[in-house]
Amino acid sequence: MQENPASDSTLVKADDISVSFAGRQILHGVSLTIERGRIVTLIGPNGAGKTTLVRVILGMLTADSGEIWKRPGLTIGYMPQRLHVEPTLPISVLRFLQLTGIRDRASILELLEQLKVAHLADQQLRNISGGELQRVLLGRALLRKPSLLILDEPAQGVDVNGQIELYQLIDGIAEQNTCGILMISHDLHLVMSATDEVVCLNQHVCCHGKPEQVSNDPAYLALFGKGGVDTIAVYTHNHNHSHDIHGNVIEESGEKHG
Amino acid sequence: MADFILYALVAGLSLAIVAGPLGSFVVWRRMSYFGDTLAHSALLGISLGLLLDLNLQLSIICICVLTGILLMSMNHQLTVATDTLLGILAHSALAIGVVLLALTGSTQVSLEAYLFGELLTISTPDLALIVTVSTIVFVILLSFWNKFLSFTVHEELASIEGVKVEKLRYLLVILMAVTTAAALKIVGVLLITSLLIIPPAAARQLARSPEQMAIMAGLIGSVSVLGGLTAAFLANTPVGPSIVVTAALIFLVLYLLPIPAKKHT
Repeated sequence: MQENPASDSTLVKADDISVSFAGRQILHGVSLTIERGRIVTLIGPNGAGKTTLVRVILGMLTADSGEIWKRPGLTIGYMPQRLHVEPTLPISVLRFLQLTGIRDRASILELLEQLKVAHLADQQLRNISGGELQRVLLGRALLRKPSLLILDEPAQGVDVNGQIELYQLIDGIAEQNTCGILMISHDLHLVMSATDEVVCLNQHVCCHGKPEQVSNDPAYLALFGKGGVDTIAVYTHNHNHSHDIHGNVIEESGEKHG
Repeated sequence: MADFILYALVAGLSLAIVAGPLGSFVVWRRMSYFGDTLAHSALLGISLGLLLDLNLQLSIICICVLTGILLMSMNHQLTVATDTLLGILAHSALAIGVVLLALTGSTQVSLEAYLFGELLTISTPDLALIVTVSTIVFVILLSFWNKFLSFTVHEELASIEGVKVEKLRYLLVILMAVTTAAALKIVGVLLITSLLIIPPAAARQLARSPEQMAIMAGLIGSVSVLGGLTAAFLANTPVGPSIVVTAALIFLVLYLLPIPAKKHT
């Protein structure tokens, strides 16, 4: 039973969460379950309450009503939407990662190696590119070996190739089956193929389920229109290759689908 | 060496050493206005102390700490921008302090001494207070260094990684308030903030890590104290302002010097 918090693989179970700010309802009766080894993706228009829901799960915000169950001893790795690097603060990538309290250079370098940014370890944080910074942030989230990884628009400000690579990395993390992943994303076409469950949020949960189901759901269509669906349709019918943002086939396999 | 020189030297250096790391946080967290407001409120502490016949040092420290805590708790709730709020509070506190001081009719304090410092006339209890406060602040900064740094870089990340962000925020303000109160004798109300921000700002030009910046700031501050004292002796200039002028010159030199272009590697 997925719904049972006692289930071994359940990490977080949010039940009937409502939040309002200054009389404006941001979240209304939202329920969500995150399991180990699975990727849950939150999608929804601006102002839909995605970040608010994440903040409730992180414990940085208290819901007006509803309950959050977290597995005891749950370690959360969080990747914020953006990091403003204060120009007056000189700090290297390595030192930034050591702020987690993990000081061991070798294990940090090993992680950076996996993220393909080990060569940046001694660079100043403010001198690396946007895409590199996102990887470093992902590294910081992973460093404490979290059982739950929460990513707030991980590919924001990253170029197309960088986005694809970043989502491949995240997919790889999920496949190691050591943690569950909750991700906010606008990159529907890129995320859908990797994700196990999509939750379409607009104050309340409009629809949720597997990507193919959600993309045919009337509530989803009402929010995102036909355009989104076309892009996704390409994906759900082609599991042997992937596309860049223009729909071109990348990597070795298969003929091109029109 | 005459006692008063020794006193001035020890007091100045111990403050400069702790002002390096503390001031670095003021610079990184953009709290220099905040520091100014704390310093201005110190004058209110003096006036109230005289009016109520309290120990002056104690009343200065209390008023500074109270102001700091008040500012922290007001910050989120008002529809006035932070810099406006700080400006209002700083100058009101200064003005109320001066008015109250006039009302006490006291001749035992010279306003100028508190505005610009009187390092060369500090007493043994003054010195003891400055050294004690500097040592305590330094030890606290050192033991929470990584946590302070983490929450300065990104508060949410720090909080998720288990840093008690809210407590640190107050702790930092209390450290600033206590240091400001102790430093009053050295550079005075109007110049305290400069001792906190100029050395770290100068050190930023050379530093490659937060730790380097903090240590270099301590060194630059110490050199400024030595320079200021020397100027005071050779040219009979006021000590507090001379210290700040020295620091400002160091800052200028470091910014004008061509620094090897490491920045864009």
